[in-house]
Amino acid sequence: MLTLPRVSWQHRHLLGLEDLSAAELTAVLDMAEHFTHDADPPRKKRNHLAGKVIVNLFFEPSTRTRMSFGLAARRLGADVLDFSPSGSSTSKGETFIDTAKNIEAMGIDLVVVRHSATGAPHLLSQHLKASVVNAGDGAHEHPTQGLLDIFTIRQTRRLEGLTVGLVGDIAHSRVARSNIHGLTKLGAKVIVCGPPTLVPARIAELGVEVSHDLDAILPRCDVINMLRIQFERQRSGLFPSITEYARLFGLNTERLKVARPDLLLLAPGPINRGVEITPDVADGPHSAILRQVTNGLAVRMAVLYLLCGQPEG
Amino acid sequence: MTILYITNGRIIDPAQNLDIVGDLWIRDALILGIGPRPELCADRTIDARGLIVCPGLIDMNVRLCEPGRDEDETIATGSAAALRGGITSVACMPNTEPPIDHQAAAEFVYLQAERAGNASVFPIGCITKGRKGAELAEIGGLVDGGAVAFTDADAPVASAEIMRRALEYCRMFDKPVLSHAEETELTRGGIMHEGGESMRLGLRGMPATAEEVMVNRDIELARLTGGRLHILHVSTAGSVHLIRRAKERGVRVTAETCPPYFTLTEKKLRSFDSNFKLNPPLRTDDDIRAIITGLANGTLDAISSGHNPQAHEKKLRELDQAPFGAVGLETLLPVAITMLIQPGHLTWPRLIEKLTRSPATILGIDRGTLKPGADADVTIIDPAAYWTIDATKFTSKSRNSPFDGMHVRGRVHTVILGGEVKQQAQG
Repeated sequence: MLTLPRVSWQHRHLLGLEDLSAAELTAVLDMAEHFTHDADPPRKKRNHLAGKVIVNLFFEPSTRTRMSFGLAARRLGADVLDFSPSGSSTSKGETFIDTAKNIEAMGIDLVVVRHSATGAPHLLSQHLKASVVNAGDGAHEHPTQGLLDIFTIRQTRRLEGLTVGLVGDIAHSRVARSNIHGLTKLGAKVIVCGPPTLVPARIAELGVEVSHDLDAILPRCDVINMLRIQFERQRSGLFPSITEYARLFGLNTERLKVARPDLLLLAPGPINRGVEITPDVADGPHSAILRQVTNGLAVRMAVLYLLCGQPEG
Repeated sequence: MTILYITNGRIIDPAQNLDIVGDLWIRDALILGIGPRPELCADRTIDARGLIVCPGLIDMNVRLCEPGRDEDETIATGSAAALRGGITSVACMPNTEPPIDHQAAAEFVYLQAERAGNASVFPIGCITKGRKGAELAEIGGLVDGGAVAFTDADAPVASAEIMRRALEYCRMFDKPVLSHAEETELTRGGIMHEGGESMRLGLRGMPATAEEVMVNRDIELARLTGGRLHILHVSTAGSVHLIRRAKERGVRVTAETCPPYFTLTEKKLRSFDSNFKLNPPLRTDDDIRAIITGLANGTLDAISSGHNPQAHEKKLRELDQAPFGAVGLETLLPVAITMLIQPGHLTWPRLIEKLTRSPATILGIDRGTLKPGADADVTIIDPAAYWTIDATKFTSKSRNSPFDGMHVRGRVHTVILGGEVKQQAQG
């Protein structure tokens, strides 16, 4: 059957997990279950978004997020436009808002936007009539990545009381912020771990524990989410070398010996093999990295459906 | 001969330590005197019952953007906006294109201001050629051209050696060096105050320390040289503390702040509205408390607008690409009244002092008083008017106000410039 349960949903946009309540987070996650686990094989094309037009507006390069959104929209029967301004119209002096308004004038129902500037999706949501989904804004939020990480954990664990370690570049990570907001609201305990230059001093205000010692926190963690390290950070003097970073904060077989046997390992990818995670660990029994990608599709289908596919009334 | 008679107002002139209800007489372009003058016959009378009559306000931290950026503001539009805000004299920053770093550039400002015939405009000259921080500009020539102070504006002099020489050299002309205190090594790429909100929003922060390091450096250089230092737009509790201590030690330092820094906090950036993107950035509640205390105890001498117009389309950009700055000429007075007088932090004479006598003294200009024989620049304020700031109604060319929609108390009633009524409230 192609019918879905009706859920209560008030938002026109998905800008960040900070804006959602625990009940709303659960609603999206439950809806995503229907796109993976119901009797209806996920490959079967649905028509909930038939006649809708969705545009992928990516001002920053992305492969998997853009493909995942595109595929999710097509699976639901929507038409998808891809727009990746390679500095084109914006370099001609057109403002970001003008670009978006021009695209909206073609009759768009929903905009998926990624931008290097924090708040760019929020700015769009104030100026457009279409729904806006944040696919990553600066170092602020990446809500669908947060949702798919949580969804992946929830497939095999109970979130309440769970301890999740976020390791790496917390300061510049939108994935970290979305994970923190989502996980803490759903009752998990979050430990952020990395060098002080990559962990903002005030992060504890978000209700997380701060650590700079991976070996010390590893035995306490049920889940570890290894954030990608960006190499340009090294050039700006935030840590001395990739080698030293890998020695202090990289996951390898040796280090995993103190971890729980059932540790679940996530990574939002793309991973730098040999830096954050050695290949044997990335491909080993703890790893849920590929399952995350699969789940990303279900989560994005759920988000698109709730924002513009659910029948009125 | 024309006689203008302003009757029954509360006349406040801190330069004469005056706060009385009475009459003010103006003959032609000059103040004649205060008090009953039965022998005089007025050509025009303004009934100022219930109103405050004070010297025309002076704003020493204004960008008029001419030459070079007339999409944002011009000397004509900016000086008109000043009058609208009750300000009869402004000192304008030299970060124009080309910058005001030579005598002819300073003279051009006077010429354009005279053509416009609005508020008086006093140019501020560059410390270094092209604001590049490498070689001193021809400061003597700029003084001859009428420059009243020196600064490289938002390109603070990075070299302590050059800053030292500037403070020493300006002593010869008794001109102040104005410091936009920012250690740019600590603020590179920054968008907002570094703190809880920047962490939450994932925005690159500008720590309070970046301001305080430079305030401290410049205070020590002023102590070393005996030069006259003025700290622009103070925004942090730490800066207030450093300035207070320097004053106690007898360093020749003065300081000012601007309305955003005693009114708004970093939390405003949650809206992602670039009208809240300022430099220095909006700080925290603790900083606001310290700024207000500093104003009350005299650590902060003056209040300026920090007027920094940016055309609408520039502010419509993404937060990281939008330029810093907010307009302020038309909101300086009402926001100061609302945030400082209304809650009882400052008395009227104290506030008027920070808007008239103090900036006049710092700049060494012959304005900001109602003494007989002074230029008849007078601002009349309706202290009881309640209204809502509407940026679309501004006279300034730009609309980038962080106070748009704010409910305020106190409004400019009448502005007299050189004895001429330039602005008068309707109804």
